Amino acid sequence: MELDIHTIRKDFPILEETVGGKKLVYFDNAATTQKPKIVIDAITDYYSAYNANIHRGIHHLAEKATAAFEDTRKTVKTFLNAASTEEIIFTYGTTDSINLVANTFGKKFIGEGDEIIISTLEHHSNIVPWQMLCEEKGAILKVIPINEDGELLMDEYKNLLSDKTKLVSVVHVSNALGTINPIKSIIDEAHKVGAKVLIDGAQASSHINIDVQDLDVDFYALSAHKLFGPTGVGILYGKKDLLLAMPPYRGGGEMIKEVTFEKTTYADLPYKFEAGTPNIADVMAFKFAIDYINTIGKENIAEHENQLLEYATEKLEEIPGLKIIGKAKEKVSVISFVLENIHPQDIGIILDQQGIAIRTGHHCTQPLMQRFNIPGTARASFSVYNTFEEVDSLIAGIKKVQKLLS
Amino acid sequence: MTINEQQEELIENFELFDDWEEKYEYIIDLGKKLPGLADEFKTEDNIIKGCQSLVWLNAKFEDGNVVFEADSQAIIVKGLVNMLLQVLSDHTPQEILDADLYFIDRIGLTSHLAQTRSNGLASMVKQMKTYALAYQSLGK
Repeated sequence: MELDIHTIRKDFPILEETVGGKKLVYFDNAATTQKPKIVIDAITDYYSAYNANIHRGIHHLAEKATAAFEDTRKTVKTFLNAASTEEIIFTYGTTDSINLVANTFGKKFIGEGDEIIISTLEHHSNIVPWQMLCEEKGAILKVIPINEDGELLMDEYKNLLSDKTKLVSVVHVSNALGTINPIKSIIDEAHKVGAKVLIDGAQASSHINIDVQDLDVDFYALSAHKLFGPTGVGILYGKKDLLLAMPPYRGGGEMIKEVTFEKTTYADLPYKFEAGTPNIADVMAFKFAIDYINTIGKENIAEHENQLLEYATEKLEEIPGLKIIGKAKEKVSVISFVLENIHPQDIGIILDQQGIAIRTGHHCTQPLMQRFNIPGTARASFSVYNTFEEVDSLIAGIKKVQKLLS
Repeated sequence: MTINEQQEELIENFELFDDWEEKYEYIIDLGKKLPGLADEFKTEDNIIKGCQSLVWLNAKFEDGNVVFEADSQAIIVKGLVNMLLQVLSDHTPQEILDADLYFIDRIGLTSHLAQTRSNGLASMVKQMKTYALAYQSLGK
C-alpha cells in the first residue's frame, strides 16, 4: 500500500521545527524516532487525568492506571506474538533488559569455562554486560566475525558453537550498518548445542515483524523509544520456563509475595522482575505507539523505508569520494558512510548548519569501527515520515560539505 | 596582545560574516592554517578526552609563558582549537587561569564548545588551564 507520507508527517509535531531558520530534516531515527501526537497526548492525559501508583491501590485512579499499564503489556504480547503476558517484562530500555538477563540467567546458569557468543556488530550494550559477567565468573566471550559487507560469517559462527556455549547474544539489526542478521538460523544452530539465545532487537523492532514463538527465541530485548514510543521504557521477552528458573534481578516493592525479616518470597511472573514503581506514564503511552504502528502497518512502513534506502543508496553512490560502510544484502533503512579525507564530525557539523540531523561517530560500536579501521562514520537513518525530497536535501548537503572541506 | 584584545579581534572578524557558510569557511581556513603536532606529541597522554574526533594538546613553558600546540583529526575542530590557541597561548599561567572566554558565546559557536560527549572542547579549555596551574606551581 502506498502511504500518504504528508498526512503521516502531520502526526509528528516536531517535524514542523526549524533549525537555524532551515526546515528540520531528521535522519537520526536509528538513535531515536520522533513521537506522534497521540503518544505525547497520552502522557499528558495520564498525568492530567489518572496519575496514581499501580497494582496496590484500591481507589478509582489506581485501578484506571493499573488497567492502562497492563493494557500495554497485552499490546506488547500481541506485537511480539508471545504466548503469555507473563513473558513480557517492563524494563528501562534494551540495555536494562540485557543487564537483567546477564545478572539473573547469567548469574545462575553461566560458570567458569562456559562460553558466551556475541558478534562483531554488537552495540556496547550487548558487549559490556557479558564482559562483566565473564570477568566475574571466569567465563569466555567469543565473537562472530563479519565480512567486508558487514554480514556475519555463519560458518565461523557454527565453528564457535560447542557444548561449552551457554548463551548466544546477537543483535537482530546492526544499529551502525543496518545489516539484518539471519537470527532464525542463529537461534536454531545455538539450540542444537543446548545454548540459549538473546536477540537485541533495539534496531529491528520498528522495521521487522517479530514473532518470538516462530523464532523460538529465548530472550528478545527492545526499547520503546526506537518505536515512536517514549524513552525510559524497554521490554524483555523471555520464555516462561526460563523466567521461572531465573533468580530475581532487583529487590524491592512490587516484586515480592511476602516479606519478613527472616525470608522473602517473590511475586509471580512478570512482577518478579519489576521491582519498584515503574515508569507508568511512559509504559502506558507505549501502547499508543504500537497502536500507531499497527494502524499504518509494519509492512507498509518497511516498504516506504526500503524505497528511501534504495533511493538514497543510489544517490550517495554517485558522489565521488563517498564510501558506504555496510553493504549487506539484507538491510534496514540505515546508511553509514565515510567521505574521503573528511572526518565524520566535520560532515555532521556542516549538515547540522543546513538543518539536517544525522549521527556521526562510532555509534557505540567501537569494536566494529576498529574492524573497518575507521574512526567512525556518518549515519543517516530513515523512518516512515521521511521523504524523497529530504534525501535530496541530504545529497545536496553532502555536496556542500565536500565543497567547503575540500 | 592581551587575552581580551585577542578575543575582541576574533569577535570583530566574525561580525563581518553574513551567513553560516562564510563563518565556517573562516573556521575551516583556520583549521588548515594550524601547524598541528608532530607525531611524537600525538600520544595517548596528550589526547583530550570527550571529543568525538581525536584532539591532542601539548604545552611548553617558555620565558614565563605557557605555549600551546594542538592538533585534531577533524578540520572544524582544528579551526576552533586554533582560535583557542590564538587567545590563550603564549601568556603567563596567571593570565590563562584568570581568562574568561566570552568570545565563544559572542561568535555564536557555543554548541560546538558545549560540554557534551561529542563536542568536548570545553575539556580542552579545562586542560589548558590545568597546564597553566601546573606551570604556575612549578614557577613558585
